[in-house]
Amino acid sequence: MADYHWPPTDKCNLIGRRISRLDGPGKSSGRIKYSYDVNRPNMLHGKLVFSPYAHAKVVSIDTSDAEKMPGVKAVDIMTEPGKEVFWVGHEVAAVAAETEEQARDAARAVKVHYEKLPHLVSDAAPDKAGDHTKQLAEQTDGNPDQMLQQAEVVSEGEYGSPVITHCCLEAHGQVAEWEGDNLTLYASTQNVSGIPGEVARAKIVDAAEKVRVLTPVMGGGFGSKFGVDTWGLACARLAKKAGRPVKMMLERDQELMAAGSRPSMYAKVKVGAMKDGTLVGWQSESWGTGGPDAQGGAPNLPYVVRIPDRRVKHTAVLTNIGPARAWRAPNHPQMCAITMPALEDLAAKLSMDPVDLLQKNIQMTGQLAKTYSAELDKASELMDWKKKWHPRGDKTPGPIKKGLGVSIHTWGGAGHPSNCNCVIQPDGSVSVSLGSQDLGTGTRTVIGIITAETMGLPLEAVKVNIGDSKYPADGASGGSTTVGGVSSSTRRAATAALNQLMEKVAPSLGVKPEELEAFDGDIRVKGNPNKAISWKQACAKLGTTPITGVGQRQRGNDDLISSGVGGAQMAEVSVDTETGNVHVDKLVAVQDCGLIIDLKTAESQVYGACIMGITYSLFEHKIMDEQTGRCLNADLEFYKLAGIGDFGDIVVHMMTGQGFDERGVIGLGEPPVVSPGAAISNAVANAIGVRVPTIPLTPDKVLAALEQKGAVA
Amino acid sequence: MTKDEDPKDREKNSKNEDERRRGLRRREFVKLVGGTGVAATAQVLAGQKLASATTTTVPEERVPVAAGEVMGPGPVAMTLRINGEAKKLTIEPRVTLLDALRNHLDLTGAKKVCDRGTCGACTIIVNGKPTYSCSVLAIEVADRAGKPGADIRTIEGIAPEGKLHPLSASFVENDAQQCGFCTPGFVMSCKAYLDTHQNPTVDDVKQALGGNLCRCGTYVGVRNAVVQAAVSLKGGRA
Repeated sequence: MADYHWPPTDKCNLIGRRISRLDGPGKSSGRIKYSYDVNRPNMLHGKLVFSPYAHAKVVSIDTSDAEKMPGVKAVDIMTEPGKEVFWVGHEVAAVAAETEEQARDAARAVKVHYEKLPHLVSDAAPDKAGDHTKQLAEQTDGNPDQMLQQAEVVSEGEYGSPVITHCCLEAHGQVAEWEGDNLTLYASTQNVSGIPGEVARAKIVDAAEKVRVLTPVMGGGFGSKFGVDTWGLACARLAKKAGRPVKMMLERDQELMAAGSRPSMYAKVKVGAMKDGTLVGWQSESWGTGGPDAQGGAPNLPYVVRIPDRRVKHTAVLTNIGPARAWRAPNHPQMCAITMPALEDLAAKLSMDPVDLLQKNIQMTGQLAKTYSAELDKASELMDWKKKWHPRGDKTPGPIKKGLGVSIHTWGGAGHPSNCNCVIQPDGSVSVSLGSQDLGTGTRTVIGIITAETMGLPLEAVKVNIGDSKYPADGASGGSTTVGGVSSSTRRAATAALNQLMEKVAPSLGVKPEELEAFDGDIRVKGNPNKAISWKQACAKLGTTPITGVGQRQRGNDDLISSGVGGAQMAEVSVDTETGNVHVDKLVAVQDCGLIIDLKTAESQVYGACIMGITYSLFEHKIMDEQTGRCLNADLEFYKLAGIGDFGDIVVHMMTGQGFDERGVIGLGEPPVVSPGAAISNAVANAIGVRVPTIPLTPDKVLAALEQKGAVA
Repeated sequence: MTKDEDPKDREKNSKNEDERRRGLRRREFVKLVGGTGVAATAQVLAGQKLASATTTTVPEERVPVAAGEVMGPGPVAMTLRINGEAKKLTIEPRVTLLDALRNHLDLTGAKKVCDRGTCGACTIIVNGKPTYSCSVLAIEVADRAGKPGADIRTIEGIAPEGKLHPLSASFVENDAQQCGFCTPGFVMSCKAYLDTHQNPTVDDVKQALGGNLCRCGTYVGVRNAVVQAAVSLKGGRA
């Protein structure tokens, strides 16, 4: 049995170092081709026709005028007459024409007759939503009523976060090209290996093997790009009808209206503690909307700090805001933005430092209690918390009030099933192939690092092949499952290939294969530089036949990887009490994720998550108009993303070394994006003395909160 | 500017923006159509004959359409001067410079994201100035009336294929990119800025790059990349 275990980190040349991403030069030179950049010979451009109504029945579609328009080559009906559309932006038909401009003209010329139906886009009042609600889990553990009665201090409040969107910079879409019965999709997707089966199920092809998906790079997904989508299927049909390749990418308004959003979540919370800070009871009634079909599910409150006696109830509001899709750490940022502010409000009532409150109850976090405790200590040190923290309400004179906030979070991040082939050629070249994809997380680089480390070679010696469905099947990149999956399968494949090479080489060195190691470009007797042959010489012994090592990560236990991480964040804000403007001066993120393969891209994930977190904490809100049911900010002027100057310093600290490295690889994409909303909201409450109940912490809400009793003058 | 909540900053930024983003932008265009200096541009779009063309509000870079000249709405032959080469193409006058580059010349480094002058992913350099190419019509910067058009530089033109411009290399080194879709726009904004500002502080970078948006959150890397590139570029010049 081959030994696949990770080498000790102090023996690693590449694993755990700061290594630049392999596709970095292609990206920063503008040369690498995204789906949106693919221009095939003779290619047409596709555009969607979408519903202007939030809820309607399609009565008839007349495409005759559109078909006669200049340059139009194909038309496709996506929603048959008689069927309903459920949001503004719901796709109804598509056209393909010679130029993008002609396609846009033709889409406008498609005449759709709708019968308008009643809609609901507001998630503000579940009690008034009538049929548009669905009761999800109601659960009672222990005896919350009794415990809340016994509690010496009880805090009540309302908290929440609204619907936001994914806002991928590369819009959803693809280029579809047929060659006979075979379809190639250059798709911007998080699921290269899964798309062919989906296309076959939709009967676009008669067998999945006839579909090839190519995604060498993609411009952001964040959970919204798992499926081929109706527009992917329509694009394939248009290309078939026209007999020419078709590119169809969503326009920005469609991207924001129809390509996915994060469900809202609000809650009325009652939480109690003894005077020493021991948490004793929790009760919450939560609600939120994930579009027309209650996507998102019920939250598990309270988050992370599992108060044993609790009663929770959740109501889903069914709305016509557009479809919900998994958004980086589904449900966690929302649960966090309810739980941590509720605990911070309680801490304020107890006149307690909220970090002390968390530490006091750290055992309620379960298995990761020690990790959280250490992470809170580290974050406190990096924030200089003890020195800077003050009780609620900054008493400093002047309009600018400063405050600190804290939050902790968790995520699973176990690796998904993954398959990998690693090939060593007689000329010494090494390639590694997986049907995975790199969303910008650094997946490609991680695969290269593990292969090179295993072979004792420099990173440049390894060719990484991903982003093609012809490679061995790999899971979709969601839920921080990719790095664990590909790390495990790659390590196994590379080790298997190397072991075969060692069997070929061993006789010439007069030892058994298991006495050999790959080190610094040589195959040598373990620890003996004098009994070695170079990698090239070793591979030359293969004659004419390359070696293939196969690696598989299956479901279940796997000692190369693990799951379950913590993470603590602290925010320092300045609030301008005259304008209501909130500025994040500093955000400290302390994060564990087991064994880190590439420290540089790992840190980038955390920096990025913090910035994305600042953005949803201060700016993001998919604003719906109740009368028309339309999204009012389906553009980048009014759907605001933070710019480079919109925040201060971000300090990232990765927990590594003993206690972390030996756990193996754990996913990282989701966890650090969970806490910013709560940490920043808590910091604002600490600054101005009162809670702004919901994020984003926009100036209007801050000014409204400042009118409340208890606010700083 | 919509990203900045501080009114003072916003004012400052919008001023900077206005100074930086010359060339014909869609908003400017709309202003022209609505104002008295509408003539030249409106004629191009509508393809209608015009009695008298006033050119008073047309920015200096653009060559006015001569009175009586008719262009469009069908495809028009034009020449664009891109990365030092004259590129001939025949496109409708309504085609933006961004779409001309991406759809007709296969220069796809400039990305289409918001398509309305907000996010900066389409930033290129026109006559030395960073420009949102989604908000310029190709015809406006093409050769006109015997005069050469604007000097258009795209990211493909800042370094030969296979070589990295020091600024691009600094983005790699500082991991100032994740999905990378905003990156070419950032690199071009940075380049235009560093061409005229050799010693930027981090605060300067925050101002200069206020017109580019990133969703993955690579700004920390970008801040470091620009400051580092400024040093290495200066070393190169000295």
